[in-house]
This record gives sequence, structure tokens and C-alpha cells, in this order.
Amino acid sequence: MSLAGEAVVAPAPEAAAPARPRAGVPRANPLLVLIVTGMVVALGSLGFVSVAPNRIVSGKPLALWAAVEPGVAALVAALVVALGASALIRSGVWRDRLIAVLAGALLVASLAAAAHAAGLVAAASGPVARTSLGAAFWIVAAGAAFALADAVGRLAPHPLAQSAIAAAVVGALLALAASGALADLSLAREFANRRAAYGAEMLRHLALVGGALAAALPIGTGLGLLALRRPAWRKPLFAVLNLIQTIPSIAIFGLLIGPLSALSGAFPGLRAFGVGGIGAAPAVIALTLYGLLPVARGAFTGLASVPPAVIDAARGMGLDERQILRRVSIPLALPILVAALRVVVVQLTGLAVVAALIGAGGLGVFIFQGLGQTATDLILLGALSAIALALVFDLVLRSLGALLATGERP
Amino acid sequence: MSAPDIASDRPPAGALARLAARPAVWASLAFVAALALLPYSAPLFHALFPELPRPLYTRASFLDLALSHAGLVGLASLVVVSLGIAIGIFVTRPAGRDFAGPVDTLTAVGQTFPPTAVLALAVPAIGYGGAPTVIALIVYGLLPVVSATIAGLGAVPAAPVQAADGIGLSPAGRLVKVELPLAAPVILSGIRTSVILNIGTATIGSTVGALTLGSPIIEGLSGSNPAYVLQGALLVGLFAVATDLWFDELERALH
Repeated sequence: MSLAGEAVVAPAPEAAAPARPRAGVPRANPLLVLIVTGMVVALGSLGFVSVAPNRIVSGKPLALWAAVEPGVAALVAALVVALGASALIRSGVWRDRLIAVLAGALLVASLAAAAHAAGLVAAASGPVARTSLGAAFWIVAAGAAFALADAVGRLAPHPLAQSAIAAAVVGALLALAASGALADLSLAREFANRRAAYGAEMLRHLALVGGALAAALPIGTGLGLLALRRPAWRKPLFAVLNLIQTIPSIAIFGLLIGPLSALSGAFPGLRAFGVGGIGAAPAVIALTLYGLLPVARGAFTGLASVPPAVIDAARGMGLDERQILRRVSIPLALPILVAALRVVVVQLTGLAVVAALIGAGGLGVFIFQGLGQTATDLILLGALSAIALALVFDLVLRSLGALLATGERP
Repeated sequence: MSAPDIASDRPPAGALARLAARPAVWASLAFVAALALLPYSAPLFHALFPELPRPLYTRASFLDLALSHAGLVGLASLVVVSLGIAIGIFVTRPAGRDFAGPVDTLTAVGQTFPPTAVLALAVPAIGYGGAPTVIALIVYGLLPVVSATIAGLGAVPAAPVQAADGIGLSPAGRLVKVELPLAAPVILSGIRTSVILNIGTATIGSTVGALTLGSPIIEGLSGSNPAYVLQGALLVGLFAVATDLWFDELERALH
């Protein structure tokens, strides 16, 4: 069903896209010129990797050509130059295709070059020496990732196509990691030292978000319905939910510790269920409270967007209120509901990072441990993982929303 | 005859009553009162937490913490508002149209990043202290302001723009006199999102070495001192709520 729907929809943007550059004045891509200039300046003046004698000492920056063999440096430099040159091509579609391929290649090549540098350092100075990714690497990698995302955004506006391309790039990077080529990078060593803990904290993170969703979705939807049916309650209800969102997460986490430890003190039986001052219980409760506003707002806007005539027609056909909600309103409101779900999941994924501060675990553990030990690569491991998780949720739910939208059309 | 008298008599009383009816005023008073009274609240916290030898946070004065917190957020917000609106204006002008798509992508993707992760990433880049906190607040706070400015300017109806062109306003005059005033409510809501978010992120800033109202919370959590947590949470909660309610007032004044 949805596949057929997609086949109908897909040609339209492709057919429309080439017409645009021809209609307007063909121009260079000024942003890409800016990005590539930044890459060149960074490669010329900043360290591509940073080499330290051990984990805690801060490293010395090493420029690209000093860090790797000339052939590897030349490959990275050639890709940067080619990316810059492609900005001058005047045909929009071919330019974007070339940019996407070159930027993807540059992303993978710069990581491989950094790993190669780490291998050389490990061979020369022994296994205690640490090679971290340097400022120039991050600028080149971020620039390439952005050029790729921008080109793909214009070539394939459909979230499903974007997911497929993102999966291909991530797959290439994971294949690089799985091959063991990255093993000498400090980031990979931090991961290898904590492989078991990483899996456990990732699961904890997902459990915190999942637990909060399991509570926030039914309660928030109920509040949204309440706002829909009792207009007088609408304003105070949303004012209170908004007020909760206003309070900084760490303050709510902290404020829940007192009442919950008092509760588990008064009813020791609750401890068997994990209710206590510190740990998962206050984190899930706080995350639930935060999730209520977007869920309730999504449910309210979604259901309010259903045309009254449709509901009248359903009523005329003899459906009762519950049937109308299940069979008419919710299916029609689904795109808005999925969009709200995306907002909630992404927000909770980010807030769950803070939960590590009250002993609830999750990916924040690595961030705050890293901050405490001034272990830069441990901070990176936690922060990049949290960002990647939020991006994956965002893309998956965006794709789901797009699938639902195309499924509706026929 | 007596009408002017009544009119001149009433406003002060009316204004005071209206002021007193505003939740923003109450929240601000509560924040100031908490700030003023907390230093003298040691007996209260002794009674609440008898097992703690030192139940009142004294490493820095609450006033210093609040001033530092407000200073970090205020400095970041100043940059965010001026730079964010400038970027939003630039990409909606003919000269910057090429940048509109990429900037849109960047703000959309950037807003999915967890703020705490952005804050943590500032440390490897810059080091510990107040500076990485302000940089992270600026980077993250820009996103909602830029996207709100683009959305607000994009939603300005065509009729007033054409009318402005019709009466011979220059593009700059049209922007200042027609487009920005019409887009102001949307831009303001973006600024509100940015500032409130940054008050929260600055609280976490104490884990990277910034002095904020989060410092007692973080120290209380790591040292098992729930009294510190309560003091910090109370102050930062009131600060955020009062700020948010003032934005409410500002939005109402704009309409």
C-alpha cells in the first residue's frame, strides 16, 4: 500500500527539481565555498589529531601532513579541493549529487586518516599513548556532514530517502569501526574499556525514556482530551503544564528526591519496586512531567484539527463518541500525533542525560564521569552517543510520519 | 467635569491593583524573598534535616550564585537575540536567500541535539569554567531564535508588504516599519524558548565549572546533602518561572 503510494509520489519532486535551476540564474553554492574555505584554514592552522603520552595529560596538536603518510594527507586534501570545485558547477542536480558523494567520501576518509595517524602513534610510542581527534578533524568532519545533509535535503526531500542515505553513511562508519581500523583512536579505547557498561547504560537510557513515555502518553492524551471537551479548563491546564516545562530539569530531579525518599522510608515495601530518593523513580517521574505538555498539546491540536463536519457525519452514521474517537478522529489526527510523539521522544532523550546526576544511569554517566576525570574522550563518547540517539529517533519518527502521510493519499 | 478628576485619581490605584494581580510580580517577589531569606534559614534547615552537620550552602552566597547565573544567561541571550535576529533577517533577504535552506536544516537538526551534550562538547573545545557555558548557551540558544525569526518574517502577509512598497518605502524601511513589527510576536516566542532553555542549561553549567544556582544542587547531589539540593532547586525554579511569566506579560503587551 504505502510502497505503491510512494511510487506515485516519488517522481514528482524529481521532475520538479531540474526545472528550478534552469528557470533561475544558475549560481555557485556560496555556503559550500564558505565551508570549504573553513576546512582549508583549519587544516592549515589547527591540529588534525592531538597526541598525548597518556590518557589524562592533554595532548599536543599534530597537523594533517605531519600526522599521516603523504599519500593519505593528499587524498584528504584532494577530496576537500574537489568538494570546493564542485560548488562552482552550475547544474543544480548534478552538483548536489557530486557534493553528496564527495562529502560522504570526505567524512569517511577523514576518520580513516585520523585512525591511521593513531596507528602510527601507537606503533611509535607504545599502547599508553593516546591519539584524540583534533580541531581540524572536527571542522572537516562537521563541514562534510553538513554539506552532505544539505545536498541530500535538496536531492531527496522525503524522510524515508534521507533515512536510507543516513543509514548508508552510518553503515560505512560502523564498518570502518568493526574492521578494527579505528581501534587506536582514544575514543575507541574509551569505548573498548567500557564495552559492557556502554551497553548497559544505553539500555538504561532507553528504559528511562520508554518508562516516561509509557506514563506520559496516556496521561497527556487524557489531558489533551480534557482540554478539547472542557474549553474553560484549557487555559489553566496548559499554563500549569507550561510551568512544569519552565523549571530546569535538574531542579525537578532534585526536588523529587526528598518526597520519594520520605515515601520509601514510610513504606519500605515500595523499595522492592525501585521507589527511592535516588535512582530511576525520580528520573522517570520528572521525565513524565516534562513529557505531558507536548503530548497534551499534540493530542489537543491533532483532535481539534478534525473537521466538525466529519464528526457530525460519523455521528449521523450512528457511531458513539468512543467509536468516533477511535475510528475517525485519531486516524485523521495521526500525522499531528506522530509529530508530537517525535518532539516528546527527542526532548526526553536529551533530558534523560541529566538523570545520571541523580544516579539513574543512562548515557549521561559517561559525560559526567568524563567531566569529573577531565577525560575528554569519555565526555565525547557520552555526548556523541546521546546526540546520535536523538538524531536516530528524530529520523525514524519523521519517516514514520511521512509513511503515514503517503499511506493516506490513495 | 468630575470625569478628569476621577481619571487622574484612578490610574495609580488601578495600576497598582493591576500590578498586584500579575503572577509575574508574585513570582519575582517570591524569588527575591527566597534570595533574601535563605541566608538566615539555617535553623529551619537544621530542623528539617537534623542529621546534616551543615544544612545551609555557604560555599558562595546565594546572591552571588544568582547574579552569576543571570549574568551568564543574560550575556548569552544578548548575543543570541542580536545575532539570531540578524541571521534570520539575512536569510530572508534576496542577498541571503542561498543560505536559507542550509540554515533551516542546521536549526532543525541542531534542535534535536540534547542541550547537555552541547554543553559537554564545549569542554573539550574550550576548557572548564564560565566561558564554555556561555559559548554553549549561545550556540544552542541561537537555534530557536533563528528559526522563529525566519518563521515570523515568512508569515508576514503579502498585503501590508505590497502596501509598504506602494507607498514607496525602501526595503530597509519596509523591514523596520512593517515586517519586523508584524513578526515580533513569533520572534518573541522564539526568544522566550531560548532564554528559558538556557536558564536550565546554565544550571547544568556548574558541572563544567561555572558558578550558577545549579552549584548547590550538584554539590548536594554528589555529597548526599538534600538540603543543598532543595535550596538550589527552589531558587532556580523561582528564577525560571518568574522569567517565563515576564515573557507572558511582554507577549500580552505586544498584542
